[in-house]
Amino acid sequence: MWLRISALLLRYLYLYRRSLPRAMELFFWPVMELLIWGFLTVYLSHVAVPHAVVFLIGSTILWEVFYRSQMAITLSVSEDIWVRNIMNIFIAPVRVPELLIATCLLGLIRSLLTGVILGVLAQVFYAFDILAVGPALVPFYVSLLLFGWAVGMCTVGVILRFGQAAEALIWGVPFLLQPLSAVFYPVGILPGWLQAVARVFPSTHVFEGMRIALLTGKVEPSLIATALGLNLVYLAAGAAFFGWMLKRVREKGYLSRLAME
Amino acid sequence: MEENRVIDVQDLTKRFGTVTAVDGLSFHVARGEILGLLGPNGAGKTTTIQLLLGLTTPTSGSIRVFGRDLQKSRHEFLQRVNFSSAYVALPSNLTVRENLTLFARLYGIRRAAGKIAEMLELFGVGQAIGKITGSLSSGQVTRVNLAKAFLNDPEVLFLDEPTASLDPDIADTVRTTLRDIQRRRGVAMIYTSHNMREIEILCDRVIFLARGAKVAEGSPAEVLARAQAASLEELFITIARDGRVRDTAGAAGDA
Repeated sequence: MWLRISALLLRYLYLYRRSLPRAMELFFWPVMELLIWGFLTVYLSHVAVPHAVVFLIGSTILWEVFYRSQMAITLSVSEDIWVRNIMNIFIAPVRVPELLIATCLLGLIRSLLTGVILGVLAQVFYAFDILAVGPALVPFYVSLLLFGWAVGMCTVGVILRFGQAAEALIWGVPFLLQPLSAVFYPVGILPGWLQAVARVFPSTHVFEGMRIALLTGKVEPSLIATALGLNLVYLAAGAAFFGWMLKRVREKGYLSRLAME
Repeated sequence: MEENRVIDVQDLTKRFGTVTAVDGLSFHVARGEILGLLGPNGAGKTTTIQLLLGLTTPTSGSIRVFGRDLQKSRHEFLQRVNFSSAYVALPSNLTVRENLTLFARLYGIRRAAGKIAEMLELFGVGQAIGKITGSLSSGQVTRVNLAKAFLNDPEVLFLDEPTASLDPDIADTVRTTLRDIQRRRGVAMIYTSHNMREIEILCDRVIFLARGAKVAEGSPAEVLARAQAASLEELFITIARDGRVRDTAGAAGDA
């Protein structure tokens, strides 16, 4: 099992060695986002909203954890569709959980790399220490990683079912979730009914918890527990949805269509 | 000799909505034989291969592989088979060595370097091992695909138009290599091609499909004799245009 998982993981990692756009996607865009938000927050700090400054930089870094985690899953499978390799993968003796584990591990590697780079740059440019979040940083990171995996599994299921027509979801779904996750502002800013929707997502509790940690230095265990609990539900739902989509794909014979697209 | 069958298909049917892609198909594949699956575009060849590989689930009927139900033993079956198609590619941005190493891992082949070199040499592309796959000619890519298909010493090999992009010289070399491997290792092959001359040379037995149903089956010589056709090419055209074959021995008939 681990030999096959390592093969799939290697297959995805190989791509980064020779693809400048892919390497840029891993480092360039996250760094650009950090710079834009960072300098904006420097400006805001001069107009006396210091907490907002810290929150924005912290949120930018943690959001990238979720974004890179889900992108690892969706882009990995999409890449095999684009290069017409998907049939080779599905006729190899690879079990579905093995494929998912390999892409999830890639998400772990990607989000760690991006998180470390952004953390260092934030320290250098803005004197912002992401470790100031405290010990809660670990469960926050894990929560966003898991949520990225769950969203990635759902998105890949839809891509397998609907093909290239659904590929915009790779980039679209995270940005749909961003305003609802209260990433850059407290959830209390949202209208009442939307707050209820926002609290359905684990990411909302992570960003709320991050703001509390940065402001008070204290960890809010209930937010961490809620986020991790919700993640278990989302992961189970994501895996089940992916399995259901794959079943539908096999019933409808869509794998050959994907291979030919 | 039922114990000699590696694949046994009974009354296989696949419907997509109102379209019947495979219609009550029954056949078997014996150990070490090359079976040609033939028919015009849309006859149901690709769907049949997908059903046999478990990529598509049948509407009804049964597929037994190595004596076991495919749905219950697909993972074990895939360890023992492989597939190569002119329409499926290896990642073009990896080297040949990287690609084949990954597939060797997927098939559980440890210390695969020797096996990879052996297979590439067998198909005459040993010098390509360090090259980026996307930089190879289409003929070289096809042969690298074939090398990948033999990495796990498959007992059954699905070949979907494997010589479609090859020039006649290399196509002939590939056919000779395939025949040689089949004889030495007893690999069963399910072979699709629109090159009827190739089918006559290579296949022990052929099945003609039209509109999802079997319209002729037997050795190329038997099928030709029954249909009173001069060549498989002529028979193919008759089936493609009429959806049926004149069968004087009464085996198949209407599509």
